[in-house]
Amino acid sequence: MLAAGDDTRIIAGGQSLVPLMAMRLARPKRLIDIARISDLDFVRPERDTVSIGATTRQCVLERDAVVRAAVPLLAKVMPFVGHAAIRSRGTIGGSLANADPAAEIALVAVTLGATLRYREGTANGEIAASDFFIGPMMTALPAAGCITAVRFPLWRDARIGVGFHEVSPRRSDFAFASAAAQVALDENGICRRVAFGIGAVTAYPLRLDAATKALEGTRAEEAVVREVVRTALADIAPLSDLHASADYRRRAAACLAVRAILDAYRDAESAHAG
Amino acid sequence: MRVELTVNGETRAVEVEPRMSLLDCLRERLLLTGAHAGCEHGVCGACTVLVDGAPIRSCLMFAVQADGYAITTIEGVAPGPGELSPIQDAFCETHGMQCGYCTPAMILAAHALLADNPAPTREQIVDAISANICRCTGYAQIVEAIALAAERMRGLNQPVRRP
Repeated sequence: MLAAGDDTRIIAGGQSLVPLMAMRLARPKRLIDIARISDLDFVRPERDTVSIGATTRQCVLERDAVVRAAVPLLAKVMPFVGHAAIRSRGTIGGSLANADPAAEIALVAVTLGATLRYREGTANGEIAASDFFIGPMMTALPAAGCITAVRFPLWRDARIGVGFHEVSPRRSDFAFASAAAQVALDENGICRRVAFGIGAVTAYPLRLDAATKALEGTRAEEAVVREVVRTALADIAPLSDLHASADYRRRAAACLAVRAILDAYRDAESAHAG
Repeated sequence: MRVELTVNGETRAVEVEPRMSLLDCLRERLLLTGAHAGCEHGVCGACTVLVDGAPIRSCLMFAVQADGYAITTIEGVAPGPGELSPIQDAFCETHGMQCGYCTPAMILAAHALLADNPAPTREQIVDAISANICRCTGYAQIVEAIALAAERMRGLNQPVRRP
């Protein structure tokens, strides 16, 4: 049905698509509701990843023990994903497919280097989250493709910490800027691995790889973090709109990024070694 | 399309167009007009109803998607005709409303919160109604109403203490 190309859209939770339809920004001729396909509703720990089915509801992920233990950054951002009434219906796959620049789930997927699985006809495909988002509400998903699952890499380090901050007009509204960080420390408190990304600032979430490398081997001292963030954000192209100018977004992102990284470091320090 | 909706404990079959929202179906077909149409794109929260106990926007769900779920509207929260639920009662007592447009949704959001968490903090109450916009009250009395209802509901069915 999708392959027919006659403006058929997939609907799961409908928390982004239906508002677009209400405002006549989307006028699909046909909707295919996948929300009740139980094979797409799961949280499954695998060897080096945690696989989450596309139609798993956000309110389920918010309380899921596996997610909290294995993908703590995702658990951290879930309360910020829409409001409770949105999370009751909204799905993880729907948020990814919608590709709002401000979406927290997309930010975590990019920051942690998640992989999206999709189905196109009878074939399965895979795409890295960092290649998936190509613009505001635009993805590299084939026109007749449907996301089936997203795999988050599992960090096996003993001391992991996460941090997340965003600025929005009211709690859980669309953010103007957000930043997420995950840090793993060795037994001496030195950063062994750092993942950090910003959302809502540019056309799609960005993982700042150079910055990540520069922080490894340090103790994430505030001055070092500030300098690394400043360098990392120097050549981004922030969005500008009625709510927040490009300049505001850049400054807010820098401030939030520093806080997120420092929070992640402190969180990891307090984690029990071993 | 024919759908079977379980609304306030009663199963009702309705004939709807696939594009009809649950909100329109409740109001126009089942004449349950307590769920209000505000923004009709998922921002204001006036259309909130409970689906299997969880608050949802009925303007963002199609009636056909609601088939088989247990739906609770404001008409279903009172224990009997002419009576009020403890939450409704608390809203009256603390004057947790002015024009009343957001009130059914606020009360349902409060029901969902208190079913899950009988002793919420002020912050948890604020978070639970953060999806619902009220343009009259400034929210203070609504928060007060939910805190009062929580306190009273915790006291229900407790053994009476004698001095």
